Amino acid sequence: MIGAIWTWLTSTSSWSGDDGIPHRLLQHAGYSALVLVVAAAIAVPLGVWIGHSGHGRSLVTVANSLRAVPTLGLLFALTLVLQPHLQGNTAFLLPCVIALVLLAVPPILSGAYAGVEAVDPAARDAAKGVGMRPREVLRHVELPCALPLLMSGLRSAALQVIATATIAAYVGLGGLGRYLVDGIATNDYPRTGGGAVLVALFALVADIVGALVQARVVSPGLTGKGRRLARVDHPTVPSGATAS
Amino acid sequence: MIRFDGVTKTYADGTTAVDDLSLTAPTGKITVLVGPSGCGKTTTLRMVNRMIEPTAGTILIDGQDTAAMEPAAMRRGMGYVIQHAGLFPHRTVLDNIGTVPRLLGWDRRRTRERSLDVLERVGLSPDLAGRYPAQLSGGQQQRVGVARALAADPPVMLMDEPFSAVDPVVREQLQDEFLRLQAELGKTILFVTHDIDEAIKLGDQVAVMRVGGHLAQMAPPARLLARPVDDFVADFVGRDRGYRALGFRPTPKLPLRAEPTLVVGESPSDMSGQWCLVVDDRRRPLGWVRPGDLRGPVTVADLNRGGTVAVQGGSLRATLDAALSSPSGRGVIVDPTGALVGTVLAPEVVALVEEDRVTQAEAGSSP
Repeated sequence: MIGAIWTWLTSTSSWSGDDGIPHRLLQHAGYSALVLVVAAAIAVPLGVWIGHSGHGRSLVTVANSLRAVPTLGLLFALTLVLQPHLQGNTAFLLPCVIALVLLAVPPILSGAYAGVEAVDPAARDAAKGVGMRPREVLRHVELPCALPLLMSGLRSAALQVIATATIAAYVGLGGLGRYLVDGIATNDYPRTGGGAVLVALFALVADIVGALVQARVVSPGLTGKGRRLARVDHPTVPSGATAS
Repeated sequence: MIRFDGVTKTYADGTTAVDDLSLTAPTGKITVLVGPSGCGKTTTLRMVNRMIEPTAGTILIDGQDTAAMEPAAMRRGMGYVIQHAGLFPHRTVLDNIGTVPRLLGWDRRRTRERSLDVLERVGLSPDLAGRYPAQLSGGQQQRVGVARALAADPPVMLMDEPFSAVDPVVREQLQDEFLRLQAELGKTILFVTHDIDEAIKLGDQVAVMRVGGHLAQMAPPARLLARPVDDFVADFVGRDRGYRALGFRPTPKLPLRAEPTLVVGESPSDMSGQWCLVVDDRRRPLGWVRPGDLRGPVTVADLNRGGTVAVQGGSLRATLDAALSSPSGRGVIVDPTGALVGTVLAPEVVALVEEDRVTQAEAGSSP
């Protein structure tokens, strides 16, 4: 079986044309990116606001309960309801994006909220006390301090979305899910297995990229690195990100 | 000058945190607000920079009503130091210190130069500039907190229990350096603490507050110890206040007795003698030994280090304590370099205390 999957993965025909791996991967990445951008645009400002103001904490609970909704079922339901009102590709894409956004919002919302909420009250009090206006407190203190949790939320959402975006194939869209759906339909198990391997690899690579971005944007003062005394022999002076 | 005029803070639930408070914190002096928890001292402090808005009354800074100022702009002109320092964990020490200058729109270079300057002022090495707060000890964090407050050179400093969260030894160091710094800078400081010893040590004047936000007494520390206005203040300033008041009296010139000394490695000439003082090669006292206990030349392990050492011309409290704590009963007096000058007996110091009291009473200037 593993040999068959390997053969499928390495054959030239798997890598060319509209059903080739590069094209399917690109589609998959496209759906995932679109979903994550939309979800982040909703969940980050909302989570930050809840954490900053302390209002609407129940929204986080409600969002988390949404995790219980099965995405595939939701996709079919949304397609049935929305399709008659929509034209062409959008008729399939929109339900798919909505279903996946609902999957991605809870982890991002929780991360953003918990990150801002967890900012040391003394640091927040000091920020206000030295003369920062509410916006400045948010920009210079709360957001940078919230980044570790905010980034974990985003990475966790990315993993789930990449893994689940395979369902797009059920409603006739592309992406790596095509190999799973088509492979099962035609009893072409090497194709199904190969698709699964590709999804897993893609998710892994995306998470590594996320980890690299996180290491770059999060201040060393908030992570293990900045807590280790060994580093102090090389004083680093203000990088643009933290010094404004 | 910070002036409170009939200031009251009542919360929505009806509790009164501060009740009709009027007091003045003079320019260039340290005014300490002290009292038990719930006395409204922190609320009082936080009303100055409008972190809490007063319900009634006015607070004037150099004659200007704070209610008419824009809060954020006003806060940039006041140093603010809080109990756990409240440093920004994601910023380096240098960037923490430069916070207010940057808010005021200074350029990076000027902010950096000023921050390094202030870092040294508060007694920290420039090597720490690139560290993050989590890499600092509690005492170092508190110093950075003070440096951050000083960075834009504000005339007024608000300090809310800044030294309470560190251990007693570090606290004492921080207090001493704070006094040294204030002697150089002469800021108008409002300082909150629950520790009456800290209040008495640091305050040019001390305002004792009682629960319910009432001012019980406002006086210079020596007067507070000598003349508490009521039982509450008397209780609060503590039972050994007679002794502590001696901390404000300089020791007049007193006859010292010469003290025979030994250095480590020497054997006493008179083995039957009572306590002998051991000094180092620069005549700095190390401790006492009893020749009868020795089995040979003096070693470091033989030393009794129980006695405190008083600097000549220091407070009567330090001088008396040196005598009382010395195992030989002879208090060790040193010059400012730490070298032995002589010793003094407790009755001699007590006689001085009495003499000092009589002189003060005759001069009519009893504190």
